Amino acid sequence: MAVKRAQQARQGGARRREARAGLLFVLPWLLSLLLFTAYPVLMTLYLSFTDYNIVQPPRWVGWQNYRTMFTADPAFWTSIGNSAYYAFLAVPLGLAGALGLALLLHTRTPGMGVYRTLIALPVLVPPVASTIVFIAMFDPDNGLINALLQTVGLPTAGWLIDPTWAKPALIILSLWGLGASALIFLAGLQEIPQALLDAAAIDGAGPWQRFRHVTLPLLTPVILFNLVMGVISSFHIFTQALVVGGTTGKPLESTLMFMVHIYRTAFRYFAMGQAAALAVVLFLAVLVVTLVIFRSAHVWVYYEGSRDSNR
Amino acid sequence: MTPRDRTQSHQCSAKTGGRTPAGTRLWGSLGPIMRHVLLAAVAIAFLIPFYWMAISALKDNSQIFARPLQWWPHPVQWDNILRALTYPGFPFLRFLWNSVFYAGCVSLGTVLSCAAVGYGFARLHFPGRDLLFAITVSTMLIPGIVIFIPTFVLFKHLGLLGTYVPLIVPACLGNAFFIFLLRQFFLGLPQELTDAARVDGAGEFRIFWQIMLPLVRPALLVAALLSFIWTWHEFFGPLIYLSDRSQYPLSLGLFAFRAQHTTEWSLLLAASTLATLPLVVLFFCTQRYFLEGMTLIGIKG
Repeated sequence: MAVKRAQQARQGGARRREARAGLLFVLPWLLSLLLFTAYPVLMTLYLSFTDYNIVQPPRWVGWQNYRTMFTADPAFWTSIGNSAYYAFLAVPLGLAGALGLALLLHTRTPGMGVYRTLIALPVLVPPVASTIVFIAMFDPDNGLINALLQTVGLPTAGWLIDPTWAKPALIILSLWGLGASALIFLAGLQEIPQALLDAAAIDGAGPWQRFRHVTLPLLTPVILFNLVMGVISSFHIFTQALVVGGTTGKPLESTLMFMVHIYRTAFRYFAMGQAAALAVVLFLAVLVVTLVIFRSAHVWVYYEGSRDSNR
Repeated sequence: MTPRDRTQSHQCSAKTGGRTPAGTRLWGSLGPIMRHVLLAAVAIAFLIPFYWMAISALKDNSQIFARPLQWWPHPVQWDNILRALTYPGFPFLRFLWNSVFYAGCVSLGTVLSCAAVGYGFARLHFPGRDLLFAITVSTMLIPGIVIFIPTFVLFKHLGLLGTYVPLIVPACLGNAFFIFLLRQFFLGLPQELTDAARVDGAGEFRIFWQIMLPLVRPALLVAALLSFIWTWHEFFGPLIYLSDRSQYPLSLGLFAFRAQHTTEWSLLLAASTLATLPLVVLFFCTQRYFLEGMTLIGIKG
């Protein structure tokens, strides 16, 4: 008995020691969560109900910031429209392009490593630099892109100086960086067991059927991952838009993205309360869209082991 | 693809049976040559902006916008590089050093803290661990701007605007994404190792530092590399926190230069090339880890 109790006590001591060590290991992150996550989130929520210019203390104004943005701030709607336009085109095009590219790259032919490297290269260019390069290439008179379009007999566009073409130009710029998600898709493709594909081939499935009924369902978790990442990052587009259009969204507010609007409200006009309210709206938008995607996931994402998989 | 092609490829794979496995590849039936042609076309399209940036760095303005297009600078304007590096008011070498310092500190701090925190979440039991980890993962959904507004106010009251403290210190306390990534790797290590070391009387910190950490070295390298690149690209933080031009990292320096000299294209593109070059060198030195890293994110994420 005594021995057993001593053993238990020793185990209890070991467990306590492990718990102490565990807390010590996660301590820096715990600090970060409190100081740089929980506090700012609560503070932003509070500030969104105040009038605050940093110099004077915040003054409680109730729902006024929210009322202002919905009824008296045309830039709010403009910037939401611009961001939505961008997200609705950039995300699906990026996903489809990355998947297509990954399928092309997924083969054992020699030389694939070189292509993989070349496609990953644009990811290295700092966003400010890549935007500057594309501004030069999109030059309506003598830029590379219009020159190439002319050579093959296609109509040219005003691109970044034309309000209707500025956003498509930003989307093209975003597609230049789809190599990252293509590599993630490629990793997913490499995880697909060859045996399944062989079995499907023996059962008489052609390449398209194998893709549609084996590859694609098994790839849906990766598609979900890339979709969520793509949506979140497109909601946050800032650097490229600021380099192209400045804080006014030139030309004619066509590149005034939601993040640019928040940035100028907070750090140019120092209307911190108003900016906090805008940030809360962005937070809610990200939350709702992510929840909808995850809720829809059980319909279209295949999880290994779940039974109702063959739709 | 015609139906005939499809049946042919099907017959092919059926005939050869187990020897040549049927591809996952939708493009498998396109034939290797067609695939190479397609891939080469895509690769060229991806490479053109890159190439254009690099050669435009060696052209003057009229050459950059010349018709017909000049695919090679003639004559080569080598002095663009020198002019960009010594442009009055824009100390690009200083910016370069700031970027190295900023990205180096953040990447080192991130890897150290995230390795410890990831290890704690993966291998040690303590009350509230799983809840804390769930919170950690969900914080990835919080937009940066929600954090930036009060943090900016906080650092302003602390008198730390115009320094690198707000840019480096919070990052060194950990980052949800890398904690998640490294935790996945620690989870994969055998429990017997820990048990054996404990029996031998090793403390938890020693087990972590001497036994576990060396085993996940490739993952640490990937995390360090990605963190370095992302910090090198970082624009928003420096934009709101730094005001003195001598402190700017490359991204912000480039932005400031562009704001003042909208038409100095050869210098802008030379500076853009210089801002990219260190990452390209780093990429080619560590390519294996880098591509592996993207792969790992795909699998573990």
